[in-house]
Amino acid sequence: MKTLRIGSGAGYSGDRIEPAVELAEQGDLDYLVFECLAERTIALAQQARISDPQGGYDPLLSERMQRVLPFVGVHAGRRRLRVITNMGAANPVSAAIEVRRIAAELGLNLKVVAVVGDDVLAVLQPEQVLDNGQTLASLGDRLISANAYLGVDGILEALHADADVVITGRVADPSLFLAPQMFEFGWAADDWQRLGRGTLVGHLLECAGQVSGGYFADPGFKDVDDLARLGFPLAEINADGEALITKVLGSGGRVSRATCTEQLIYEVHDPAAYLTPDVTADFSHVGFVEEGVDRVRAGGADGRARPEQLKVSVGFLDGWIGEGQMSYGGPGAVARARLARDVVLKRLELMGVKMQDVRAELIGMDSLHGPRSSVEPWEVRLRVAARCEERSEAVRVGNEVETLYTNGPSGGGGASKSVRQVVAVASLLLPRGSVNPRIEA
Amino acid sequence: MKLHTLAHSRTGDKGDTSNISIIAYRTEDYPLLCEQLTAERVAEFFSGLLDPGAAPVRRYELPNVQALNFVLPGILRGGVTRSLALDAHGKCLGSALLDLELEIQN
Repeated sequence: MKTLRIGSGAGYSGDRIEPAVELAEQGDLDYLVFECLAERTIALAQQARISDPQGGYDPLLSERMQRVLPFVGVHAGRRRLRVITNMGAANPVSAAIEVRRIAAELGLNLKVVAVVGDDVLAVLQPEQVLDNGQTLASLGDRLISANAYLGVDGILEALHADADVVITGRVADPSLFLAPQMFEFGWAADDWQRLGRGTLVGHLLECAGQVSGGYFADPGFKDVDDLARLGFPLAEINADGEALITKVLGSGGRVSRATCTEQLIYEVHDPAAYLTPDVTADFSHVGFVEEGVDRVRAGGADGRARPEQLKVSVGFLDGWIGEGQMSYGGPGAVARARLARDVVLKRLELMGVKMQDVRAELIGMDSLHGPRSSVEPWEVRLRVAARCEERSEAVRVGNEVETLYTNGPSGGGGASKSVRQVVAVASLLLPRGSVNPRIEA
Repeated sequence: MKLHTLAHSRTGDKGDTSNISIIAYRTEDYPLLCEQLTAERVAEFFSGLLDPGAAPVRRYELPNVQALNFVLPGILRGGVTRSLALDAHGKCLGSALLDLELEIQN
């Protein structure tokens, strides 16, 4: 029986490139998948596209492709390697043009196909209501983007068109991995059990290093060998969707029952109903068996009919966040940092800075989970952050922290300040019929 | 005994909801986790962070992998994009929960 080998080359837009190159070179792969779109990434990319109509794709696309394309396609004595990625972000067509340019530069003859149709901004109606209760109309010109989570359809079409590289915009993360399994094994679109199994493989791989020892080490409790040379994962899959998770021999990291279990539950709510555009996957009876060093068999996934509606992620501008930080150390550090906090908050009030929300905390004391009694730390860092409608108001927040140098308690040091525009994300549901995934070769 | 000794954890985020897995290192400790780590106990642990107006904390059991999954609606207060929190994703929440004290009877 044929075994399909799919590797995971990125778990987010800024992920490390070296482990992906290692997989492309030594993974004996059929497919290398790069998942690079977080909830908000596409809205930021849409902003980039507004300022540059040829832009709006992943900033690391070119570097990644320059490094892995030499291994893609047909090479004597190797499996044919294909790439599937959502690095097209807000502009898959321009991303495909860029990849074709790089392939030509490298002297490679590769077919690069873009999947489009996720951008549904033009389809939405002003009266539609977001999950935060706002209507689209109320967002006015602050509305930036609306992208439906596509499933496998467009990718399948691209693979049937014999693409070596498939570039998408918003596609549900596991679908990037499910599509090649359906294509290679000929699974029907309503073979819910196999689609559920294939979705489990996608879910385990979609965050790359998070299943192979990344985001796992807790010294003395959970140790990971050679984390510095962390290898990214790959799955060996058979025609029934049974899979073994492993990584390249000799790479750092670890694949174990524990790493797989952490990733199984990561960003899952009800494990019996993991919704994707392709299937309602059931992970509630998944189990893992270690079959060797860094070799874990995953089993027990199931599936039911897919949801009738598609989730749409809507990006919009939502004001500005201004922030300032200042450190205090030595005896009395906490008391001085608390005084500094009170002084800054009072000054912001006296100056009438227009803030929708403000937060002040001491890093090292209460910034992550609120206060908890403990020994006095040797150093703490004051952080004040506020959300403002206007940029000019947000700027004043960081400034008021910085002025603690000459206007606050003794011994503050290392001031920093920043202002950033808030690109918020909300969602709504759209009937499948309103969304039309298609390829542009 | 601290939960940290018996279990490990990872935290995920979707919108303004956080999910925290608690996974027993040893299968034999899983019933103890099921018994003591109720949704109410986790909600109480995070009472300073949870939005009182949000839906209650839910717990799901995954016996085949000796794990519990806690879903905490609203805890990210506006979600990754709007939150003023330093850790807007709430990635550190699971590690904090491992500080919870379990009652061990000999």
